[in-house]
Amino acid sequence: MHDKNRAKELSLIANRLRISILEMITKAKSGHPGGSLSTIDLITALWFQEMRGVESPQKLSEDRDRFVLSKGHAVPALYAVLAEKGFISHDELGSLRMTGSRLQGHPDRVRLPIVEASTGSLGQGLSVAQGIAMGLKADGKKSLVYCMVGDGEIQEGQIWEAAMSAPKFKLSNLCLILDNNGGQIDGPVSEVMPIEPILDKWTAFGWHVIEIDGHDMSQILRAYAQVRTLHAEGGTKPVFILAQTIKGKGVSFMERKIEWHGSAPKIDETARAIQELELLIASVGI
Amino acid sequence: MSKATRQAFGESLARLGETHPEIVVLDADLAKSTKSEIFAKKFPERFYEMGIQEANMIGVAAGLSFTGKLPFLCSFGCFLTGRYDTIRLSVAYSQANVRLIGTHAGIGIGDDGHSQMGLEDISLMRALPTMGVFQPMDARETELIMDYLVKDWKGPAYLRLTRQALTDYYPAGAAFKPGKIMELRKANAGKKRVMCIASGGTVGEAMQAAELLEAQGVSLSVWNAHSLKPFDDAGTIAAAQGAELVVAVEDHSVIGGLGSCVAEALAQTSQHPRLLKLGVQDTFGESGDPAELYEKHGISAKQIAARTLAALSVGK
Repeated sequence: MHDKNRAKELSLIANRLRISILEMITKAKSGHPGGSLSTIDLITALWFQEMRGVESPQKLSEDRDRFVLSKGHAVPALYAVLAEKGFISHDELGSLRMTGSRLQGHPDRVRLPIVEASTGSLGQGLSVAQGIAMGLKADGKKSLVYCMVGDGEIQEGQIWEAAMSAPKFKLSNLCLILDNNGGQIDGPVSEVMPIEPILDKWTAFGWHVIEIDGHDMSQILRAYAQVRTLHAEGGTKPVFILAQTIKGKGVSFMERKIEWHGSAPKIDETARAIQELELLIASVGI
Repeated sequence: MSKATRQAFGESLARLGETHPEIVVLDADLAKSTKSEIFAKKFPERFYEMGIQEANMIGVAAGLSFTGKLPFLCSFGCFLTGRYDTIRLSVAYSQANVRLIGTHAGIGIGDDGHSQMGLEDISLMRALPTMGVFQPMDARETELIMDYLVKDWKGPAYLRLTRQALTDYYPAGAAFKPGKIMELRKANAGKKRVMCIASGGTVGEAMQAAELLEAQGVSLSVWNAHSLKPFDDAGTIAAAQGAELVVAVEDHSVIGGLGSCVAEALAQTSQHPRLLKLGVQDTFGESGDPAELYEKHGISAKQIAARTLAALSVGK
């Protein structure tokens, strides 16, 4: 459905946003590069292709699709997207985590309403997204609600409350995306607290499940298109997308390294990372 | 006349539901106890049965509020505060326009014992920025607070309600002054003056204690605090002026509740009366007959009178 060129364009945007994420976190001297880089392809595809009603700040409507970043520590990825789309200025990205900034270390819907939900205590965003989906459904709106969680995050009990609850209310307008990058602060998810078998669990709880490579833009776009089709055709289940991702994706020395979960790169490290990403961008071309 | 404030709440909610289509109600398998079932029967399409999942219910309510709904989420107070982190982030920090309804306040629930008693809810809710904390003393005041919470209040608010019936004390025709303490009984001039302030289930006890003390030559002025946050600091300081003793009576822990509100207010002045904090004294609740528990924990009319006299004699 989506041509290959569009997928390529979106990958290019995502890689440019990777640079933005690294610059932001480096300047702030703290933040979470690993999980921001693993999720950026998925978020880019949502905001630059799939979501309706968020084309630009001027067009923001009550009928817009909503995005809830439940894994709030990956918010640099969202800020990078918002700057690229003009919801915030590129200059403002430099204020991340600074006193008085709207760009808090974790999403804050009061200071920056476009983030839709204040998150950062893991496990809460899915419930909020469920509530938004219920409200929109009650009002007969067609909008979809997307929620992004981390893999370690689904160790939280509240996630399973929502996992049980959303199917009861037949919320086909709710799509949960799991950024399955395999790592959390204390080590590999499989060692800290195993979450497998993931697909079996969400299937058993009554969700429509889809598995994709979370860095393959064509697969991402196809999955999102399927979510919209299922909803439009009168689906009765919320959708769960298991996105297989790589922590630190796009920067060779960060990939799959737990230590990059929550530490900022130094200036020279960032310079190396940006060089890699620029080479990648140049080699892909359009 | 007497009625449980949870009952008055359920009836008010069903009444307000008629003129406020934005109201939606959520309950976690306690609709029969919180009385949200009255609304559920009248407006089934605006009632969400959330099952025994309080944390998810709180988050869902926040999400509903972001689409313009006015959610009332209901459970026992202790089960709501048990999901404090979700209230803290998804509701308070998010400035979600949500009403948290915590019923089964205090040891007044009796038989079921500590695990079902809201004994720290005021303290915990008061600590959250922007969270309003309200507690009615009878059915009429419940109606008035409900009107206020639907028509005027913006942002998150907690409403604390009783399981047990409470005698009507709201003065007929009195205007509702949000956030202000109200004098229910004046002290007689010429007698020893004690200011007694109560809230919710203990207001009636304080009123009866005043009658008991009158015979002992001590005259109590009795004040009702329906708003624990914002708390009427100025009104409390003014009401305490000239009193020999201030007595705060609550069916709640004395740590962080009404007594603490009064202490925080009075401490702002250089000279103020001594304060006697009656309530659950840093201990757990327990099963028992409600009246016996009020007696045991020192918040029955008889105990309020006795402890007031004892405090006055110590102060001599």
